[in-house]
Amino acid sequence: MATKDIEKREAQSPSETERTRSGRVYIPSVDIYDSKDAVLLVADMPGVNEENVDITLEKNVLTISGTVDPVAFEGYRLAYSEYGVGDYQRSFTISDEIDGDRIEAAVKNGVLRLTLPKTEKVKVKKIIVRAE
Amino acid sequence: MFRQDFRRLGRGWDPFREVETLRREMNRLFTQADPRSAQGSPALNIWVQDQNVLVTAELPGIDVQDIDISVIGETLTLKGERKADVLKEGESYHRRERGSGSFARTVKLPFRVEADKVTAKYERGILQITLPRAEEDKPKKIQIKSK
Repeated sequence: MATKDIEKREAQSPSETERTRSGRVYIPSVDIYDSKDAVLLVADMPGVNEENVDITLEKNVLTISGTVDPVAFEGYRLAYSEYGVGDYQRSFTISDEIDGDRIEAAVKNGVLRLTLPKTEKVKVKKIIVRAE
Repeated sequence: MFRQDFRRLGRGWDPFREVETLRREMNRLFTQADPRSAQGSPALNIWVQDQNVLVTAELPGIDVQDIDISVIGETLTLKGERKADVLKEGESYHRRERGSGSFARTVKLPFRVEADKVTAKYERGILQITLPRAEEDKPKKIQIKSK
């Protein structure tokens, strides 16, 4: 696995809005793929579970965010560190073809999976060409 | 040799030293630009306590079966594989940032550990390995006898 692929990217300016929580914000790595009926979005957000992940859709901006509390193991001191722990946030602009009411989300092993169903009207319709 | 000659001349400015300083500075810049270049994947955090060492790694979306942990003396080896999603027919990627494939990491721990007592758990995509210090490696208090 190429190192850069799994490396966490820290957000330079997390979002246009100011944050009320202190701490670092990371941009989750995502895969987006298209199927016949839906667009699937998969995001790596280690440390996140279903309770602390938040998905919002406002107009055509889809925002995924996850809150991760900094870990501290009692009695231990951090001797060596290669990765930081913090919240996640990332926004995507989605087109009108997504049905915002039927978005489904699931989190498993720190991976968020979103299913963004396409609206009925944009599903490819087969046009029958008649011979005259 | 030259350098010493210059110094002996008592001049304040030493071009060789300037070059040396510049070279060192450039090296420092390049190594700092990507501090992770020497590091492997996955990234690890190591927590230490007197009796235990705790290693954590962020490995989202991995099947526990695909993680292999082995310990010899004071060396911990972490191997595994992250499988890529298999796309069905008719599906296509718009964006692909998540890495996949195999990884291997070997780290030297601050002390020898009891290999039989190593425990690991995987939760929310984070692997946590607890390694207890080997009995023979624990510091022993030495009594000082006074007469």
